[in-house]
Amino acid sequence: MSVTLEAGAPSGASPPAGDDAIVTEGLTKRFKGGQVAVDALDLAVPRGSVYGFLGPNGSGKTTTIRMLLGLVTPTSGSYSVVPLPRVGALVEGPAFYPYLSGEANLMRYDAADPTAPRRTARTRVAAALDRVGLSAAAAKRYRHYSLGMRQRLAIAAALLGPRELLILDEPTNGLDPQGTREVRSLVKEIAADGTTVFVSSHLLGEVEHMCTHAAIMRAGRLVAQGTIASLNGGRAPRVRVETPDGADAARVLRGLGLSAVAHDGHEVSADLGGHATERLNASLVEAGVAVRGLSVVRPSLEEVFVGLTGEGFDVEG
Amino acid sequence: MSKVEPEVRDVEAGEPPRGGGPRRIPGLVPVAESRLTAEVGPRADLPGRIALQGPPALPVPTQDGGTGPVSAFLRMLGSELSLTFRRPRNLAMLAVLAVVPVILGVVLRLMGDDLADGPGGLIQQVTGNGFFLSFISLSALVPLLMPVAVAVVAADSVAGEASAGTLRYLLAAPAGRTRLLAVKYVNAVLFCLAVASAVSLAALVTGLILFPAGPVTLLSGVAIPLGDALLRMLIVIGYVTAGMAALAAVALALSTLTEAPIGAIAATVVLVISTQVLRVIPQLDVVQPYLLPNWWGDFDAVLRDPIAFDDLSSGLLAFGAYILLFGSLAWARFTSKDITS
Repeated sequence: MSVTLEAGAPSGASPPAGDDAIVTEGLTKRFKGGQVAVDALDLAVPRGSVYGFLGPNGSGKTTTIRMLLGLVTPTSGSYSVVPLPRVGALVEGPAFYPYLSGEANLMRYDAADPTAPRRTARTRVAAALDRVGLSAAAAKRYRHYSLGMRQRLAIAAALLGPRELLILDEPTNGLDPQGTREVRSLVKEIAADGTTVFVSSHLLGEVEHMCTHAAIMRAGRLVAQGTIASLNGGRAPRVRVETPDGADAARVLRGLGLSAVAHDGHEVSADLGGHATERLNASLVEAGVAVRGLSVVRPSLEEVFVGLTGEGFDVEG
Repeated sequence: MSKVEPEVRDVEAGEPPRGGGPRRIPGLVPVAESRLTAEVGPRADLPGRIALQGPPALPVPTQDGGTGPVSAFLRMLGSELSLTFRRPRNLAMLAVLAVVPVILGVVLRLMGDDLADGPGGLIQQVTGNGFFLSFISLSALVPLLMPVAVAVVAADSVAGEASAGTLRYLLAAPAGRTRLLAVKYVNAVLFCLAVASAVSLAALVTGLILFPAGPVTLLSGVAIPLGDALLRMLIVIGYVTAGMAALAAVALALSTLTEAPIGAIAATVVLVISTQVLRVIPQLDVVQPYLLPNWWGDFDAVLRDPIAFDDLSSGLLAFGAYILLFGSLAWARFTSKDITS
């Protein structure tokens, strides 16, 4: 069911065999009323990556995920994704039966999967609960779970079977900093096992922390995708020197072979290249430059994002 | 970049791809194939199918004894039944329905002589033979109270999951839309059976305790042994269940139209009440045969000798038509709708 085909000739841009966990081509969703939620989306999510799907609220991330899971029918375009029983998903927050225990809730979702063996259900449920640290609350009714526990139960549900792909829609929404850290380390752990993780977020910091790849959405359109490094635009980290002797400092840095030296009053900056900052500092002081401050500035995804979208954005702490 | 060609797409897990050949994006064939194979048995050998090329498919536990389509369906049905029959609301409805015959029986026992409706009247018959309490009880409950109980369960079945958000997780599991709908309907029908059985059993037990038992005199004057009468009671339970199952199909169709379970339940109940009203307007005689409640009360055909199977079968035909029509509507709607809840 996960494979969508165009009626015409097979698509020319077929993914290389087995290399991608998700591929979409021209994927478009226009809701009744004409609102275009997703517009000609071309995604390629490599297997084994932790793929950040980034964009402001309302930029079409959740609609895309719903299409990938077969919940929403695309208006046009195609997508292909790992078969659903091998996809674990958290979509728009946890949803469970409040009067059932955490364990009974997971048994319920497991029973809905026609490929899940009944014989191993209890073991797999227990393992999933253990993995998210909910074993102690397994018999407790979902109604009495805290927000963080609910989120963790939803992640446990996504881990019920052997998964090749994990789709996590805003997994840290509503979590406290402790819970956020737990989710991040869980994602890293899962990715270390070779599972592809597709994580949507409106938090840049989160994507920078967790992901190897990212795509940036804006108003239903993809504005950039690639590895985090390539998204940073190859922009090298820069060294920034605060000094009253700006001109001297600039001369010293040029002399050491640093490129793109910029001099602006009491501040001098240059591409760091392969230089060690402590050596730079020593050379500056040796040349009689009074150094007030020395720092390395790494380009952040935030700058890239703002550059691409020109929109305000929630930036995490 | 934007492609607008119509697309061909497998809607249902396990369904063969429509539109003929197995055109797929090559990269994902092996794994998809392994899943299809796991679900519908050996299909990899069908002609024209690209079977298991490329990297070896991941092992899917097929020979587990728990993943055949039938056993997987039963497992999901079991999960559904345990939700339905453990839910306090549903148990309370069953209990209330089962208490009605007891109350009726006690009232008739205490005041039967004052209420007597003359020889041959139903009340007279109950006080003469406890067996008839079940008929009185069903006649009292079938027009409205039993339909309400059925509406609550059947109309809640899809809309309730949608409003709780659990529908998206069931479908992502992936439960399969047709499969989920089938489970929901079978579950609703079994609840109808539980409702009909609970009322009949409670009435029989109460009737046989409070009133004399013995050979049952039918409407046509013939007396049959109590054992035979109990067998006929099974036919009654089956007929009433079928009538309620037809209503459940209507409720299920309404349930796929909304994310508000209370809306679907209210719509079903309003439908029952308004058709009951239409039935008693003499000028509307012509539409009567098309109204579902018109057929619900015909279970007293078993009180004739021989049983008036003609009456029963025309009722069953009407129920079957309703189930087919509204089942198709529910399916058409549910398999095509966008799940945005």
